[in-house]
Amino acid sequence: MDHLDTLEAEAIYIMREVAAECEKPVMLYSIGKDSSVMLRLAQKAFYPEKLPFPLLHVNTTWKFKEMISFRDRTAKELGLDLIEYINQDGLARGINPFDNGAEYTDIMKTQALKDALDKYGFTAAFGGGRRDEEKSRAKERIFSFRSASHAWDPKNQRPEMWKLYNTHLHKGESVRVFPLSNWTEKDIWQYIKRENIPIVSLYFAAPRPVVERDGNLIMVDDDRMVLRPGEKVETKMVRFRTLGCYPLTGAMESTATTLDEIVEETLGAVTSERTSRVIDTDGGSASMEKRKREGYF
Amino acid sequence: MENGLLKFISCGSVDDGKSTLIGHMLYDAKLLFADQERALELDSKLGSNAGGMDYSLLLDGLMAEREQGITIDVAYRYFSTEKRSFIVADTPGHEEYTRNMAVGASFADLSVILVDACHGVLPQTRRHARICAMMGVRHFVLAVNKMDLIQYDFRQFQKISKSIRVLMSDFDYDTLYVIPVSATEGENITSQSEKMPWFHGEPLLTYLENIDIRTQAETPGALLPVQRVCRPDHTFRGYAGQVAHGNFHVGDEINVLPGGSRAVIAELYRADQKVEEVHEGEPVTMTLDREIDISRSDMIVRDYMPRISFLIGANLLWMDDEPLVEGKNFLLKLSTATVPATVMRIRYKIDIQSGAEVSTDKLVKNEFAFCEISTGVPLVFDSFGVSHELGGLILIDRVTNSTAACGTVEQDLGRDKNLTWQQLDITPKLRENQMGQKAFTLWMTGLSGSGKSALANALEKRLFAMGKHTMVLDGDNIRMGLCSDLGFGSTDRIENIRRVAEVAKLLNDAGVIVLTSFISPHRQERRNAGRILGNKYLEIYVNTPLEECERRDVKGLYKAAREGKIRNFTGISSPYEEPEHPFMTIDTTGRESDDCALEVLRRLGEWL
Repeated sequence: MDHLDTLEAEAIYIMREVAAECEKPVMLYSIGKDSSVMLRLAQKAFYPEKLPFPLLHVNTTWKFKEMISFRDRTAKELGLDLIEYINQDGLARGINPFDNGAEYTDIMKTQALKDALDKYGFTAAFGGGRRDEEKSRAKERIFSFRSASHAWDPKNQRPEMWKLYNTHLHKGESVRVFPLSNWTEKDIWQYIKRENIPIVSLYFAAPRPVVERDGNLIMVDDDRMVLRPGEKVETKMVRFRTLGCYPLTGAMESTATTLDEIVEETLGAVTSERTSRVIDTDGGSASMEKRKREGYF
Repeated sequence: MENGLLKFISCGSVDDGKSTLIGHMLYDAKLLFADQERALELDSKLGSNAGGMDYSLLLDGLMAEREQGITIDVAYRYFSTEKRSFIVADTPGHEEYTRNMAVGASFADLSVILVDACHGVLPQTRRHARICAMMGVRHFVLAVNKMDLIQYDFRQFQKISKSIRVLMSDFDYDTLYVIPVSATEGENITSQSEKMPWFHGEPLLTYLENIDIRTQAETPGALLPVQRVCRPDHTFRGYAGQVAHGNFHVGDEINVLPGGSRAVIAELYRADQKVEEVHEGEPVTMTLDREIDISRSDMIVRDYMPRISFLIGANLLWMDDEPLVEGKNFLLKLSTATVPATVMRIRYKIDIQSGAEVSTDKLVKNEFAFCEISTGVPLVFDSFGVSHELGGLILIDRVTNSTAACGTVEQDLGRDKNLTWQQLDITPKLRENQMGQKAFTLWMTGLSGSGKSALANALEKRLFAMGKHTMVLDGDNIRMGLCSDLGFGSTDRIENIRRVAEVAKLLNDAGVIVLTSFISPHRQERRNAGRILGNKYLEIYVNTPLEECERRDVKGLYKAAREGKIRNFTGISSPYEEPEHPFMTIDTTGRESDDCALEVLRRLGEWL
């Protein structure tokens, strides 16, 4: 077994444990590359059975158009049970990433996620988070326990020995499960290549309309993007290292149009992948931990 | 990456420089991204290290950790050099967070234990070495850190080196490397130190790149613990799991434990690929040539016979804030099996400083002990040394759901030949522990109408809500049954109280809390009850004044007594002898029963 086989086996073991022990699991599906890998692993884990749990996409309504069409195509092709959840209240109030900043992420992502989990009564939710992404994630257990209010208590995590996961919960409590905890960005790309996993084409470089804003290249994905004075739309050869809400996701200039080129670029990368996520640094170096404590994935 | 993946941890006592060591290694080996390096430089400026680089900030990612300057939980870092991929878990040194250190140890192939050159081997160094050995770590690096603070002194290093070898002689391991380093100065981390020309070994990173961790041990036969049954439709019934050790081939005859059924492997899938054989570590789904009853927690084996028993001996690391006492119930998780279990006996605990076996009946957080555990159903297991899969276990608290302990089944199998049911005496203490309470009898005495029964009932509701096991004994359930042959003459009244006390004692011995409400007006009969119940007898004097009792007169008895219709009525025509030294006295006049009950609960204090 090589390194990828070992990671694959670990993820499959985790998924089977959840399916066997947790009352009502769900898989968070964010349409990104990690979600695509997680989905493939789940198909393998339960083959020849269909997935024994639904997928949940928390839609902020600000995702790249291409992500949504990819999502719908994938769900149809694979016959997935996909739940889409939108915070209708936030939508009605016109909460958006341009005017509302951090509040936007809280209402349309964190709150929406908590509402969705409560609404369906899910007791376990798979997420594609990896420990190499960010410092507070590096500290999180694979089975990450959440209180009835979805809070994470980083100072009091359950011990997790060998692969003996304790899935016991009181009513109302839940657990977030991260089968890709031990994967790195490089592993993800190499696995995508090895397994020929379809991913959103935004990951590949192409000429795209972008504006430079606060040091990030933001793609103009639709006409809701209002230009600030002095900003102008340019067409640049760019790709995305991570995908999220288009106004909050920075593109990188690149000519990598194939998986090989992306892997090569990743291996030689001088910055970590989350530098392009505006959300992580908004609020200081500990902002991810704060969000996670409040229930963000 | 010729040498494959190495999973290692850094551990040791507080402030021995674990995070700094790993941080410096990543920094020097150019294993950081530019933005991480920039963030580190920025964070360091704000930090306490006088503007110098604080490498520990790379790993201490939680807000509380940065605030307090300590490591609370394990941090995992992933890096590769040209020779090898690494996952390093940086673990906390504080005793308070020992369980988080153990989490790291359970995942590691190799442990880098830091020793402060100024302090030498500390109790926490011993504890961590013991945890690593217990969790199955076979390779050790003992890094004597802060050599800069002792001017890179060879003699001092030699002295510490010697005490390290003495310490490690207590444990079973494959390799041991003792190396002098300075984590802050970067000496002997990624390159040979010029400050210590007397040391000729490889620098730390080079050693980690080159060490061969392939196990020499003989692996047992094939084992597939069943995780779940895969039933997409009625034509397919597959058993999914990860091969723990050994190989399986299509056509192999297998055994299913603990039941013992036999079958032949019909098909094998490695994840979603149909294959002819599967190997250790692979995720598989297996189908058999015949229908047998197999479910999660069953073990499919070939040429391998683990042990099956209701009773196991295991080394435990206790991790819960509440102490472990004999008789306590848990859920035991071992491989894919989760079964009810009871810690029957703590045979001995380990003194961390001396390594000696000390007898005890209680285990507190972060202590190690060898325990005898009984399970509600037969358990398939093996010693940890033979099979990590069937030898590693956790205990889950049935009330709080916390992971209270982790443990390994004892290596020396000869030892548990002594473990037999006959040896186990089920004592009142064991029963109490199993019920998670202390048993006692609240003996309520006082005039008719003083509120004894109301208080007993209110108390029982409160105790019940606290999860306590209780029983109320009063005139109604005693006089109607057990004492229906007795009248109200003085001899019969004494006999009545004696029987009540004996029943209370039996219930106490069964672990149950008893609440009695009898007038019991005579000192002599109460003294007798006290003698029967021993130190579990707690006398509550319900001292409601006669006028109040007479005013209440719930059953109309006082009226009848005053009219002379009842003879020998306590308080009217027969004396009530006040208790001399009651456990507590309570007057119920003008008070709700529940209010009185709360007062009693407060007084009970450590009995609860």
